[in-house]
Amino acid sequence: MIWRLAAATLLRRRARTALTVAGVAVAAAMLLDMVMLGSGMRESFRGFVEQQGFQLRLTPRGTMPFDSEATVGGAARLADSLRAAPDIVAVAPLLGTKLFTPRAGDDSVVAGFLLGLDPATQGDYVVVEGRDLAADDELVVNANWLAATGRRIGDTVRVAQGYEPQVRRFRGARTLRVVGRARFVMLAGGERAAAVPLATAQAMGGETTRDRVSVLLVATRPGADVEAVRARIEAGEPRVSALSTAAALKFVDERLSYFRQLAFILASVSLAVGFLLVSTLVTVSVNERIGEIAVMRAIGVARGRIVAQVMGEGLVLSLAGAGLGLGLGLVTAHWLNGILAAFPGLPAAFDFFRFEPSAALRALGLLVLCGLAAGAWPAWRAATLPIARTLREEAVA
Amino acid sequence: MTLVLSARDVRRDYPVAGTPVHAVRGISLDVHAGEWVAIVGPSGCGKSTLLNLLGAIDRPSAGSITIAGRDVARLGDAEATRFRLTGVGFVFQRFYLMPTLTAAENVELPMAEAKVPRVEREARARELLGYVGLAGRADHRPFQLSGGEQQRVAIARALANRPALLLADEPTGELDARTGTEVIALLDRLNRDGTTIVTVTHDEELAQAARRVVHVRDGAIVDDVVRRPLPPAAPADGAARR
Ligand SMILES: Nc1ncnc2c1ncn2[C@@H]1O[C@H](COP(=O)(O)OP(=O)(O)OP(=O)(O)O)[C@@H](O)[C@H]1O
Ligand SMILES: [Mg+2]
Repeated sequence: MIWRLAAATLLRRRARTALTVAGVAVAAAMLLDMVMLGSGMRESFRGFVEQQGFQLRLTPRGTMPFDSEATVGGAARLADSLRAAPDIVAVAPLLGTKLFTPRAGDDSVVAGFLLGLDPATQGDYVVVEGRDLAADDELVVNANWLAATGRRIGDTVRVAQGYEPQVRRFRGARTLRVVGRARFVMLAGGERAAAVPLATAQAMGGETTRDRVSVLLVATRPGADVEAVRARIEAGEPRVSALSTAAALKFVDERLSYFRQLAFILASVSLAVGFLLVSTLVTVSVNERIGEIAVMRAIGVARGRIVAQVMGEGLVLSLAGAGLGLGLGLVTAHWLNGILAAFPGLPAAFDFFRFEPSAALRALGLLVLCGLAAGAWPAWRAATLPIARTLREEAVA
Repeated sequence: MTLVLSARDVRRDYPVAGTPVHAVRGISLDVHAGEWVAIVGPSGCGKSTLLNLLGAIDRPSAGSITIAGRDVARLGDAEATRFRLTGVGFVFQRFYLMPTLTAAENVELPMAEAKVPRVEREARARELLGYVGLAGRADHRPFQLSGGEQQRVAIARALANRPALLLADEPTGELDARTGTEVIALLDRLNRDGTTIVTVTHDEELAQAARRVVHVRDGAIVDDVVRRPLPPAAPADGAARR
């Protein structure tokens, strides 16, 4: 009976209830997105750094860690000397250059990214169709490259490392066979990418890339002191700087702490907005029914029942809002992810918003608690109103 | 004769800034089972205040009010609430039905609060609505009923938990003469069937119908007239048959 009364109260002002639920849903969606943003970037960064399975990343000293233009020479000797160390189990040299491919069927040229690497140690791509590189004249490409060039696995294509559009001349051209399609972990969404054996990429670039690499990834023996290895490499090899995965994560974590603070503040704001919305509506609704509540008290309805009814109202509003907000939050997160993923230079696998059911549940649970708390004060006021005086005031009104 | 209500030197002061209002100044009153007392007096003399005190809706500043053996003035909130639920039935001048509930649900509300099983309270609500002549209106909402009909639903609600005493503050105050007469007839029938009633009224017709008229002036009883004595075969206990 009391619940029917509470339901009737909400249904009596349908539009108002709907607007409040919508408002709480927006706050809930915002809260959810902020929780997802707070963990999404860190987790996906960790995900792909760790996926590679290398603990150290060596880049030409004095350049940014992800600068794809800078290279370091004497790569073969450098790699060999690194491999000679007992606490290093694998070294993966990488050379990033450009790749130009004439499109099948017309004379336009498709630009893309070429990665020269050692197929045995690479951690940059995962073959999803066809097979991995086995010979120097083979090419593994991604779906974007296939779509842009109109080629298929098994095709033989003439590709080049350089192209002068004015005179339509290729530099460092090679005829290669497409043997597989792969997903490139580190690449930005939409980028056309291909991988060839390191020697092939170096040869295509001619003198500018002979025996040069952009990055050397180093895997240490399990249990080795990564920091000691890193310090030793930096001390012994002045041409490179070494960044450990842990340091990179820490670096990223520090940068992202601003994001997390922002997310935390916005999440708190969302909670506050949800709280204020629900408490406003419940307060208004109690004021509107103050006479009814006084009558219920006068005919013997217990205080606890009044509290339950008013707080139930807040609970229903925040539950409905949180439920709607969950859907709304996921949709907006997906949409925002799409916008942010197009940010130039970001790997495609990078998620800004990551849905973790437990975190989402905790956030929405907090919101529902807020809704419940929002009803507490008006509920207490309603339960303790002076009955005779309220009835008298209502009779005057 | 069983004493249902016994008020002793009841006072109620309202602490208004400046000069406090002494709304009830030492009223003593006994009401026996089966009586129908009409409290009359000029506006502002403290009739409603007194009735609220008798119904445990308000608390006296001093004095004691014993109803069905309990000192109502000394009850804590939970006990006072329980007393209002089952010890007395209150009828208001403005009916005060729950607008979102049907007539039957309004009558069931106090029974639901008293944890009467659903089947039982539905049956009793139907029976009570039949008694007040609204059997056909059980599923109507208050806005679909006339003032007189609403007041009859309110009387049915007040009787739901079989209270020892029915209190009514100007039950005909909002009604025209004809519907007022219907409500008076209903109260008369209730009283004849054994319900002890205390009404506050300006309505001469209502006062005429009561067995006993208590005149109040400036918060004190100035006259107490028994117009129709109780028949010798009055019910032995205070509980209304209805
Ligand atoms: N909450 C209050 N605060 C201050 N004064 C009050 C309060 N309630 C009632 N009074 C005063 O107490 C006195 C008695 O009021 P009460 O309502 O009991 O009179 P009444 O006899 O029922 O009048 P009426 O016949 O007009 O209904 C009045 O002077 C009124 O102004
Ligand atoms: Mg009055």
